[in-house]
Amino acid sequence: MKAYFGRRYLLSASHRLHAPSLSAEENRAVYGKCNNPHGHGHNYVVEVLVGGEVDAETGMVVNMAILDEVMRAKVIDRFDHTNLNLDPYFNNRVPTTENLCRTVFELMDGLVEPARLVQVRVEETENNFFEYCGK
Amino acid sequence: MIFLSRRATFSASHYYWNQAWSEEKNGQVFGRCANRNGHGHNYTLEVTVGGEPDAVTGFVVDLKWLREVMEREVLEAWDHRHLNLEAPEFAETIPTTENLAIAAWRRLEPAVTAVGGARLSRIRIYETPEIFAEYRGEA
Repeated sequence: MKAYFGRRYLLSASHRLHAPSLSAEENRAVYGKCNNPHGHGHNYVVEVLVGGEVDAETGMVVNMAILDEVMRAKVIDRFDHTNLNLDPYFNNRVPTTENLCRTVFELMDGLVEPARLVQVRVEETENNFFEYCGK
Repeated sequence: MIFLSRRATFSASHYYWNQAWSEEKNGQVFGRCANRNGHGHNYTLEVTVGGEPDAVTGFVVDLKWLREVMEREVLEAWDHRHLNLEAPEFAETIPTTENLAIAAWRRLEPAVTAVGGARLSRIRIYETPEIFAEYRGEA
């Protein structure tokens, strides 16, 4: 029987939205306050949804302790209390929450077997969030 | 199609234990959840049904009716209960959050189907605000 398990993690980081191919004026027009030169921060909520068979012996889709450990090693330790613009992943990408969402999916994809990563949702504030399902 | 969701909260205790395993293995796999004295959570049951709004009422289903069904079929059986000891579906099955989602589907699906017009789409059970499981009726 197929079910899904979801887990929410907190991640605090700073970023500045600035596209190198745009002029200073264009960046200001596109990104507004998010283009302020010294950056700003958010308490991101990263929600990971994995799906798979409910194991007959454990009653679980995935062991949460293992999911937590993979998430800590691959995502939390890398991004929590950092400046996202300085991470190599964002050398050529603007650290929008869309791109952070896709980054988390790519870092976690294939690491929660036998379950499958289904969706990553990143909430930047209480009023905006982004979802990526790997396609 | 419109999807409509309703939440309800219930509080219950449980523990995780596989009878076929040694005490040591239960401890390894389930950690603190294997404490056989049990522990509790404030759960949230989130029920999503999908359908077309009725031409007369504009409702997919009547939310008051849905609340009553959730209370009758799920909360009466699980709220302020020890799931392992008092909920018949967990006499043999471990009451993980995944299994709660499946069991809530089985409790609610006949009533939602019987009323017609809407179909049960998704059950989500939050064990804490940070942990949840979903069942979408998939085999």
